[in-house]
Amino acid sequence: MKIGLDVGSTTIKCVVLDSADNIVYSTYERHFSHILEKSEELLRRVAGQYAPSGRAELAISGSAGMGMAESVGVPFVQEVFATRVAAGRLAPGADVVIELGGEDAKILFLTGGMEVRMNGSCAGGTGAFIDQMATLLKMTAGEMDAAAQKAEKTYTIASRCGVFAKSDVQPLINQGAKAADIAASIYQAVVNQTVAGLAQGRPIKGNILYLGGPLTFSGCLRESFDKTLGVSGTCPENSLLFVALGAAFCADQDFDISALADRLRQRGASETYRSQPPLFETQEEYEAFRARHARARVARAPFGPDYAAPVHIGIDSGSTTVKVAVIDQEARLLFTDYRPNLGNPVPLIREVLQRLYDEHPALHAASVTTTGYGEDLAKNAFHGDYGVVETVAHFTAARHFLPNVDFIIDIGGQDMKCFKIEDGAISNIFLNEACSSGCGSFLQTFAQALGRDVKEFARLGLFADRPVDLGSRCTVFMNSSVKQAQKDGASIENISAGLSISVVKNAIYKVIRASSPEELGRNVVVQGGTFYNEAVLRAFEKEMGVEVIRPDIAGLMGAFGAALYGRSKAAPGQSSALLSREGLESFTQETENRTCGLCGNNCQLTVNTFAGGETFISGNRCDRPITGKADSGERNLYAYKRKLILSYKPVPGKRGKIGLPLCLNMWELLPFWHTFFTKLGFAVYHSPLSSRDLYVKGQATIPSDTACFPAKLAHGHIQFLSGLGLDAVFYPCMTYNIDEGLGDNHYNCPVVAYYPEVIAGNCPEIKGTKFIYDYVGLHRPKDFTKKITAILQQHFPGISRSEVREAGDAAYAEYAHHMAQVRREGARIMEQARAEGRRIIVLAGRPYHVDPEVNHGIDTLITRFGAAVVTEDSVSGLVDKFPTTVLNQWTYHSRLYAAAKYCVEHRDCDLVQLVSFGCGVDAITTDETQSILQDGGKLYTELKIDEITNLGAVRIRLRSLFAALDEQE
Amino acid sequence: MMENYPKFTPEMKKTHKILIPNMAPVQFRILAAVMEQAGYTCELLENCGSQVSELGLKYVHNDTCYPALLVIGQFLDALASGKYDLDRTALIITQTGGGCRASNYIHLLRKALVKAGYPQVPVVSLNFSGLEKDSGFPMTAAFLRRLLAVVYYGDLLAALRAQTEPYEVRRGEAKALQEKWLDTVCGWIHRDKGWSNREMKEAMPVIAREFAAVPVRRVPKVKVGVVGEIYVKYSPLGNNGLEEFLRSQDCEVNLPGLMGFLQYCAYNPAQTARLYGGSFLEKIGPGLVLKYIEGMESVVLQVLRDNGYHAPLPFRELIKLTDGVIGTGDKMGEGWLLTAEMIELVRAGYENIVCAQPFGCLPNHICGKGMINKIRELYPQANITPIDYDPSATRVNQENRIKLMLAVARERLAEQAANRPEEAPRRAARPAPERLRGRAKAAV
Repeated sequence: MKIGLDVGSTTIKCVVLDSADNIVYSTYERHFSHILEKSEELLRRVAGQYAPSGRAELAISGSAGMGMAESVGVPFVQEVFATRVAAGRLAPGADVVIELGGEDAKILFLTGGMEVRMNGSCAGGTGAFIDQMATLLKMTAGEMDAAAQKAEKTYTIASRCGVFAKSDVQPLINQGAKAADIAASIYQAVVNQTVAGLAQGRPIKGNILYLGGPLTFSGCLRESFDKTLGVSGTCPENSLLFVALGAAFCADQDFDISALADRLRQRGASETYRSQPPLFETQEEYEAFRARHARARVARAPFGPDYAAPVHIGIDSGSTTVKVAVIDQEARLLFTDYRPNLGNPVPLIREVLQRLYDEHPALHAASVTTTGYGEDLAKNAFHGDYGVVETVAHFTAARHFLPNVDFIIDIGGQDMKCFKIEDGAISNIFLNEACSSGCGSFLQTFAQALGRDVKEFARLGLFADRPVDLGSRCTVFMNSSVKQAQKDGASIENISAGLSISVVKNAIYKVIRASSPEELGRNVVVQGGTFYNEAVLRAFEKEMGVEVIRPDIAGLMGAFGAALYGRSKAAPGQSSALLSREGLESFTQETENRTCGLCGNNCQLTVNTFAGGETFISGNRCDRPITGKADSGERNLYAYKRKLILSYKPVPGKRGKIGLPLCLNMWELLPFWHTFFTKLGFAVYHSPLSSRDLYVKGQATIPSDTACFPAKLAHGHIQFLSGLGLDAVFYPCMTYNIDEGLGDNHYNCPVVAYYPEVIAGNCPEIKGTKFIYDYVGLHRPKDFTKKITAILQQHFPGISRSEVREAGDAAYAEYAHHMAQVRREGARIMEQARAEGRRIIVLAGRPYHVDPEVNHGIDTLITRFGAAVVTEDSVSGLVDKFPTTVLNQWTYHSRLYAAAKYCVEHRDCDLVQLVSFGCGVDAITTDETQSILQDGGKLYTELKIDEITNLGAVRIRLRSLFAALDEQE
Repeated sequence: MMENYPKFTPEMKKTHKILIPNMAPVQFRILAAVMEQAGYTCELLENCGSQVSELGLKYVHNDTCYPALLVIGQFLDALASGKYDLDRTALIITQTGGGCRASNYIHLLRKALVKAGYPQVPVVSLNFSGLEKDSGFPMTAAFLRRLLAVVYYGDLLAALRAQTEPYEVRRGEAKALQEKWLDTVCGWIHRDKGWSNREMKEAMPVIAREFAAVPVRRVPKVKVGVVGEIYVKYSPLGNNGLEEFLRSQDCEVNLPGLMGFLQYCAYNPAQTARLYGGSFLEKIGPGLVLKYIEGMESVVLQVLRDNGYHAPLPFRELIKLTDGVIGTGDKMGEGWLLTAEMIELVRAGYENIVCAQPFGCLPNHICGKGMINKIRELYPQANITPIDYDPSATRVNQENRIKLMLAVARERLAEQAANRPEEAPRRAARPAPERLRGRAKAAV
């Protein structure tokens, strides 16, 4: 009689085996975080039915089972190990096991050198992720699987972590993409994540076993794996129970089961987690708090059926909700509507507008203003008059409540926006990066996971006596923190309060990065639906040490602000262009997805066609699908740089073919190395601009999933070059960069410096080719000739020192020429912009940010807003070395500081910094760049980029920047 | 660099107390003694707890590496405790001065001090690169020699305890012995004794013999090596008590000593000059330093061997292990040394390795995680698990991963025992502690 108990992050599994190891009982249930109670109950159930003696051999496994097993003295079997034991017995022919659980992904290589891999602490949950996505699509997991079977296409969804993917999915929903296609794309993202994160260069082939909940329940997910890996795996009998079975097989210690159940009960009574002070000490405190907030009310006016005065309509088509506000000429609120966005906002808005027409036959709309993620779509569909970026809409609304407001924080369902106001204009904007969205939907997801309605869940926390201290990081980490708290016996009340507090801490310390409340200003307006949650509101006031204004329409501020905006723009007596009653009646919307195909970007376009044949296109990176004209790139130094780099073509030579991967620092050094090797008689090939496809082809060999995206792309470039039949691939390690005299040293960052080592160690495809990755320094030209000669002679006997010297001289000259060309063109663009009265944006990053797959077309996006774009290295040379508060020791980063300084000295230039997710060095440069700019009275805008392809948040930031700049003038 | 931060002036030696962050508990205790002997007043910080990382998060960019958050958080927590006269307190921080962002810790610390309201507190830089000339710790020859003694004694005491403790018959003996010798050595240092080569040569065999005399039962145990970013490798605050956890899992733990890192720092300038060109002095100087260190290194290693302990490879041999794996030009962070240590551990039977790094550690993308595949190719027995540390990474997750590594290790240990029945792992006569017993058995 053996019992195996598998306590996972969301479910509990139990098997009972008889003496011949046959399963006599098994169960698979959600535990809703009642781990101890559920385990106790299960053990009693099993003991009563199957262990008449009251004793059985028992072992516990599972990610949430570890602490519990220890505390009651039961052997713990690590869950991957348990899977291996079970697979060894039940599926002896298997080569690889892929097991997805609630929050873990695992791959076990059973044959050919046993290896086990688990997802890293960042890679996020998989089952929980699928649940989260299903919630977003308003489906159950089963419905999502069924929907995915009808998919026609898949979209690219970032496969790093759940939160990233979520911010890809949301805009797809908002753009009206088909649910079936999104569902299929989500499964594909799970597959990519598992393969990219866990294969790490090892091929997955042979007999594949699929285990765990998601793979058992979703046929589509299995198919996606099959297709991606080119295998046909099987999902064996009892695929949910392998861990429990493994634990049972390992069980060899005899226990009195009911005594054990008693111990579990006792254990449940003790709490040992880290806690914080309660939100409210007393009921009176709570009442006073409520009374104070009840005072922040907007003025309202009756909106009768015969209302005929002019009104202004604001429509906020947000990420998870659609909000409408109607105000009169005196800015009094007449009407509001708030509803969840069920995937497509358009029919919802139509419904509201129709209701307005129906209930108020004499409706006279003076203006209609749209804002939010769906701003353009709504404006086009219903013929709105104005579109306003949501930050400005929120500011307008907040100012209405508190004219001297100096800080606004808005926490919505998906996003968090904070802005500082100085001199009546937005001076600084903080948006949550895709990696830290501890927002409304985050609380909702947790509430659901714990089996509660979100409102009820939040209320539970108000009087929690010892709120759990959960830290302040991203959802994925939060999952495991919650898991640990549950393990430690935290009550649901204390978890709820802890989550609310963590949302606030996340906002203050992660998004805003404030160190003291004074820094944020004293006149604070909080808004967004999340602040209806009194626990969050209270936590915010406590953390900030300030009493804030929460308008009674906190969740409608975007729509209200939009209406106010329209009111201020509308001319007296104006009538809105809004679709008429009849127009709305006959309104239709058709959505089609297609690939643009007009250039190499192959943007996935979503084309909405409305009644009357008007179309609205989204998903495009440039105006070409709309205007039919290609972007000339004449105001874009990024485009110019790409053109220069791509002009280097192979010239047949006597020494054969050599390849250069166009990644990381090669983006700058290609002119050097191309010239160098061409002079030496090599035909020099380089890999193309990166693309999604190129990345995916190389992703299986990435050993560290937390490295920056530009580094990960290197694998794709090597994969590409390995297929060209080259004699050699050259990608040198370079500790030092060229010294441009701007800093105290001239290093490369560790990743740029040594990534070739990673390629050599992890990319099997390069083994067939000579891979030259020696350590090379260009910072000492004289030594360079000597050192590189020795290196090359090892691979190509017969190369002479004098040949190398000559080639080196030409290479240095070409490099200088290249950089001069960039500077010259930069100067020309700026001159032209100044003549045309355009804004100049110094889009500051690294040379490899020129790659369109890395910058996701942000350069073009800026030029579409009418501004000119230059690079950091085109202006950095115009500034003398100056002191910084950090150690200024990397060449590329010195340019950032210099570019910031340049922008301070030139009023018509503004800096936008591109930061790759995972760039450790930018943790230092961003703060420094920001302080240089702010000390000089300039706005600082940071754009964090990753594999992520959605530009929604980027667009908001840029438009807010432009709006703030306009306001300043 | 900006010049408007408070300098640590020579006069402050008399007036100020210097706070030392606790990176390597054993070695740093002796370091404090050396500083005190040199006339400084100092204190090794022991404060820990959630407020440390919280203060770090509050005053340092959250994407900065975890050690910076912790070290700065620990300082700020100490300064806020009210225990210190803020006008008579200084902080000391190490600075390696390489291409890793760690060289920026001191600047982040100064920024944080201003933000947190302690602009008057000066920061001393402990570095060998000539950085921070106005606030650098004066590196006199005499001080350097004592510093070497710190590391020799510290590494020796750490190694002796680590190799004795798991097998001792009476629990706690090795720990007590280490404690006793730490006190003794610190006492010597305070009296300006014990640090010369001659004295160390006399003292070390005595120390080792005492450890060797601890009654042990040498049953086969899982041997785990720990490598990683230097702070999270050593500091219990940084690695959630990793060493203690592994001990509780009935493992023998090997943390390669600090000396290797010092030698690595001394070696790199010469290698840089060889790779990219440099003066004769740059090429030759470090060799002389290494030669000097080597004299004492061989004594330490010999003492270990003479007393039946495993001695690591001398540095000169360690370098060779990188051949065909990683270039010795990789000198940022722990660089090639980390890879070499992993290989050395695997070859020495510590084939189960925890590679510890702060989340998103740049150098470890290369020399840690980036080299694991290659090492496995060469040494299939290598059982390496990379663990990320971060303010929000939970202990449960980390320990779960380590347990997976240990489960595989235990299985192999059992296989080895089965293949060599005469050496079958007998259960220790001393019963395993209650909470360990089941686990050890479950894995067999």
